[in-house]
Amino acid sequence: MRTGDELPPVEIPITRTLIVAGAIASRDYQDVHHDPESARHKGSPDIFMNILTTNGLVGRYITDHFGPRTVLKKVAIRLGAPNYPGDTMVLNGRVETVEGATATVRIVGTNRIGNHVTGTVTFSLRDAEGTPSEHTRA
Amino acid sequence: MVDDPEAPPAPPEARDPDAPTHPAHDLSTHLKSYEGHPAAVSATGKDPVNLPMIRHWCEALGDTNPAYTGPEAIAPPTMLQAWTMGGLGGLGGLGGPGGPGARGGHTGRAQAYDELLALLDASGCTSVVATDCEQEYLQPLRPGDEITFDTVIESVSDRKTTKLGTGHFVTTRTDVRVGETLVGTHRFRILKYAPAQAKKTPPRPRPVVNRDNAGFWEGVERHRLLIQRCTACAALRFPWLPGCAHCGGPDWDTVEASGEGTVYSYVVMHHPPFPAFDPPYAVVLVELAEGVRIISNLVGTPYDKVRIGMPVRLVFQVYDGELTLPVFRAAEEAAAEEAAV
Repeated sequence: MRTGDELPPVEIPITRTLIVAGAIASRDYQDVHHDPESARHKGSPDIFMNILTTNGLVGRYITDHFGPRTVLKKVAIRLGAPNYPGDTMVLNGRVETVEGATATVRIVGTNRIGNHVTGTVTFSLRDAEGTPSEHTRA
Repeated sequence: MVDDPEAPPAPPEARDPDAPTHPAHDLSTHLKSYEGHPAAVSATGKDPVNLPMIRHWCEALGDTNPAYTGPEAIAPPTMLQAWTMGGLGGLGGLGGPGGPGARGGHTGRAQAYDELLALLDASGCTSVVATDCEQEYLQPLRPGDEITFDTVIESVSDRKTTKLGTGHFVTTRTDVRVGETLVGTHRFRILKYAPAQAKKTPPRPRPVVNRDNAGFWEGVERHRLLIQRCTACAALRFPWLPGCAHCGGPDWDTVEASGEGTVYSYVVMHHPPFPAFDPPYAVVLVELAEGVRIISNLVGTPYDKVRIGMPVRLVFQVYDGELTLPVFRAAEEAAAEEAAV
C-alpha cells in the first residue's frame, strides 16, 4: 500500500430496501428514511439514506478491500447530495497517508446528483497474530 | 401538513407566545450560550452490544466481514452511534442526544439540548438534517458490553444560508464508555433549518357565488345557515334554487336552521386525493332538523367512526384564514366542548 494508490470503485445500488433496512438497523426511525409521504411533506422528493448507513457503507468499503485484518480507527464523513431510491452510489478511494501500520484513505461516494459523501477513513492492518503489522508499506 | 381544521398550522412565531423574540443577532448570541453545556450525562445504551443487532446491521449493509460473526465477534466499529440511539421507544430518531431527531424522554438527557432545539424550532428552524459524522474507535465493542455515553454541545453556528434553507449548525461530541474505559468518540453535526420551499397546503376550493345562492353565502358569513322557504306553498328547499320544486313559485324567504341534524348518509373519500384535502375523510349528507339535507364534512370524528343516524351539530369553520364553511361535529363531542368552555 502506497500513498496515491487508488482503490477499485464499488457500485452500491440505492434501493428502497437498503435505505429502510439501514435506517432500522441503526435504530433511526426518522420518518424521512422510511415514509415517502412524510418525506414529501418535508420538502424532499422521496425517502433518503440516513448518515449512519452511509457511515457503515464507507467502513465496509475499506474493510472489504483490505480484508478482515483491517482495524478501523477513525471514520470522518460529510454528506452532500442525498441518496434517493433508484440511484447508484459509486465509492472511490485513494490512499492519502501511510505511517507504519496505519493508513488514511480519502473516500468519495458519488450519485447522479453529485457527491453524496466525502471523507477519510483511518485504519491499521493486524498481522496474523492480531498485533498491528509493521509490513504494510510493501 | 394536513388539512386539519382542529389544528390549523400556526406560524412559528405563534407557537410559543412566551418565547422571547430575538432579532437574528441576539438569537445567535443566545444560541451560542449553549456551547459547552451537556446534552446527555451518563446516559445508558438501551441494549447491551449484542449479536442480533450486529447481524441485522450486517445484513442491511451487505457486510460479510467475518470479524463480525462467530465466538470472537466484535461489533462493526461504524455501528458506534447505533448503540446510543433511543429508537421508537425513547428519544426517537437520529443520533442519540446528539442527533436531530432527539425529542426528550431519554435517560441521562440534559435539559440544555432540549432548550436549544426548542429555541431553534421557535426561530423557524423546524427541519433537521445530519451533515457530518466523525468517529474514533479506541476499543472494539463486543457482545455483552454495556455502553454509557456523555454528550456535550460543542458549537452552535451563526445563521447560515444553505441550499436547503437558512439555519444553524449544531455540533455535539459524544464519549462512549464501557465501564470506565473510553471506547469511542463521536462528533456529530446537524443543520437545523427553515426549509427554503416549505410545502404549503393548497387552499380549499372556493364556492361559486351567484345571484341564486348569494343569500346563502351571506348567511354563512354571519354564521347563520339559511334555508329557503317558498312563500306560496311554505315548502323548504335546500340547496338554494331560483324556484320552488313543489309549486313552481318564484318567491321565497328564509328560515334559519337550528343546527341540529343527523347523518343521513356518507361516503369516505380515499381517491383521488384533491390537493386541499387529506384523505381518507368522510363526506356526509346531514338531514337537518327542519327536514332538508346538506352535504358537508364531519369534523373531529375519524372517518371510520362516522355512522348513519349519528346526531350532529352545525359549526362554522374558517379555512385558509378567510373562508367560512358550515360543517358538522358529532353532537356529543360538540356538547362536551361547550361544557368545557
